[in-house]
Amino acid sequence: MDQELLLWVRGTGLQIATAVFVLGMSYRVLHLLLLGRKPSLAVARGSEWAGGLRTMWQRSFMLPSLSGRGLFTVIAGYVFHVGFLITLFFLSQHIDLFRAVFGFGWPALPRGVIDVAAVLAIGAMVALLVHRFIDPVKRLLSGFEDFLTWTLSFLPLLTGFMLLRNIGFEYLTLLTLHIASVELLMVVAPFTKLAHMFTTFMARWYNGAVNGFKGINA
Amino acid sequence: MSTSLQRGITTLLAQIDAPVATFFSTCVHCGLCAESCLFYTETQDPKYTPIHKLEPMRRLWQQEYTFWGKLLKKAGLSKPVTDEELTEWEPLVYDSCTLCGRCSLACPVGNDITYMVRKMREGMVASGHAPEGLKGATQRAIEQGSPMGVNLKTLKAQIKHAEKETGLTVPLDVEDADYMMVLSSAEVADYPEIISAVTRIFKQADVSWTLASDGFEGTNSGIQIGSSDLAADILGRIVHAAERLKVKYVISPECGHAYTALRWEGPNLIGRPYPFQVIHIIELLDELRSSGRLKTDSVDETRMTFHDPCQMVRRGGVIEQPRNLLKQVAPNFVEMPDAGVQNWCCGGGGGVSANHRAERLRIKVFSRKKSQLEAVDAKLLVTSCSNCRTMLLDGLELNHMDVEVIGLTELIADHLTDNAEGKAS
Repeated sequence: MDQELLLWVRGTGLQIATAVFVLGMSYRVLHLLLLGRKPSLAVARGSEWAGGLRTMWQRSFMLPSLSGRGLFTVIAGYVFHVGFLITLFFLSQHIDLFRAVFGFGWPALPRGVIDVAAVLAIGAMVALLVHRFIDPVKRLLSGFEDFLTWTLSFLPLLTGFMLLRNIGFEYLTLLTLHIASVELLMVVAPFTKLAHMFTTFMARWYNGAVNGFKGINA
Repeated sequence: MSTSLQRGITTLLAQIDAPVATFFSTCVHCGLCAESCLFYTETQDPKYTPIHKLEPMRRLWQQEYTFWGKLLKKAGLSKPVTDEELTEWEPLVYDSCTLCGRCSLACPVGNDITYMVRKMREGMVASGHAPEGLKGATQRAIEQGSPMGVNLKTLKAQIKHAEKETGLTVPLDVEDADYMMVLSSAEVADYPEIISAVTRIFKQADVSWTLASDGFEGTNSGIQIGSSDLAADILGRIVHAAERLKVKYVISPECGHAYTALRWEGPNLIGRPYPFQVIHIIELLDELRSSGRLKTDSVDETRMTFHDPCQMVRRGGVIEQPRNLLKQVAPNFVEMPDAGVQNWCCGGGGGVSANHRAERLRIKVFSRKKSQLEAVDAKLLVTSCSNCRTMLLDGLELNHMDVEVIGLTELIADHLTDNAEGKAS
């Protein structure tokens, strides 16, 4: 039973999840683009594309003068995202998977680094969840979707960490749980704010394009 | 559902273009926009969080464009947008937002929240939800030509005064002049020295210019209340006058949103490019300065600082020019904290100053400008927007602060090289 589930999760399950993820995200992005945007008839002072591209990149590095809750949100946010991406793209087992699917890989980072990144990401996520409950602004903005996406993003990190260290359950069970949690995330992501992994760059482009048009470097 | 609510909802839905839908899709509910908003930072009230101001529109987007939203709506499980909700949102959209633009710079995922509030206002107006003061101002602008009731008679009286003071002629309705100067009602009514100032500057710099009797008002209540139709109507007067006089340039005055209306939104409002170019008065003065045509021969030693009008600087792109001009006449010019594109709003733009209901809140949030001024410790505050000027004066007086306020053009004119005609005031 266990073995069958694992085989399914590694095979058909992964195929379905990938299809839903790719098709869902593509549809989302395309649908947004096709809504269209009226070009401006005013005289441009600068370039939309230069502004758009610049903001796509630069907005990741903004750290405006913040205090308290703002600074916490930015730092915890960075720790989570960077930690998550490091474990996703630089764990040797993940790279092996990529190589099996796409035919190429890249150098992995040492396990020690991955361990630190994973723990920090998990810690940041917990801190961010707590903050979402106790901060008045976040409480006002938050709903079911925020807690759903938190859970779906948290489970792969948690089960992955447990899997690497063989904690809690036997190895094959942990493997099944981990892969299943990833597939769950992939299947739900396109229908939630997690689409921001792609649409962030579109939003930043539109924003930067307006500034670029006006000759403003911001 | 009432007709007006239906109209409002239809209008709100029509505002959802690719950018708006992308922004709603991308918001991760981090709340960082609150940190950048004057109305949140000075009150700590979460309801002033910028993205929260858009909640009715967000739900409409969700119910129209998202998988779960559409599903839940079909199942009868979604929360509709009601007239009561729009009434509740009116102060959020109009009293606690000046369209200053800081939130659009702060959002880590790149949402242009200001763009969205501007569009939200279109729906609010269509459903009849706008502040009384702003409705009145817009009505006066449409019917009388000015939200403050300033008319040609007022202008001519101020022109007469300026001609007496300077000994120069103020050109009116001169065809084929190079530049057509536009003013703001607040300048004509409260700061008419601008007319003398530009007359003397343009005389010295040998600029061919004119005012237009049928197109001298730059303020645009349509932009503030959020009605593109009314905004186009009001703007159309300037365009018509400029075409009638066949000028090459229209000068946008020391007024914030007039620049946004004229320079950036205008052609889109009237549906065609202009046959003339638009230049901000401060842009023009800086051009004259850098080409050597603007000559000053004295300075003001006072320790002074500059308040960046949001629509001119952060939203308009006229950032370095006021600084270049100040460096010419003010050896003790110092920048306040967050100067330039990140500067803080005076609290009165975007229609807030015409909205009596918003006065208490506006006065409260002046605390931010107050702390900037305390940090920079200047005796004189220079700015380039007549509305900012009034808001600043208000705030300074109520806070018993010993800081004077002056317009930049006026300051430059005060230090012009004396010539045979005209005198420094």
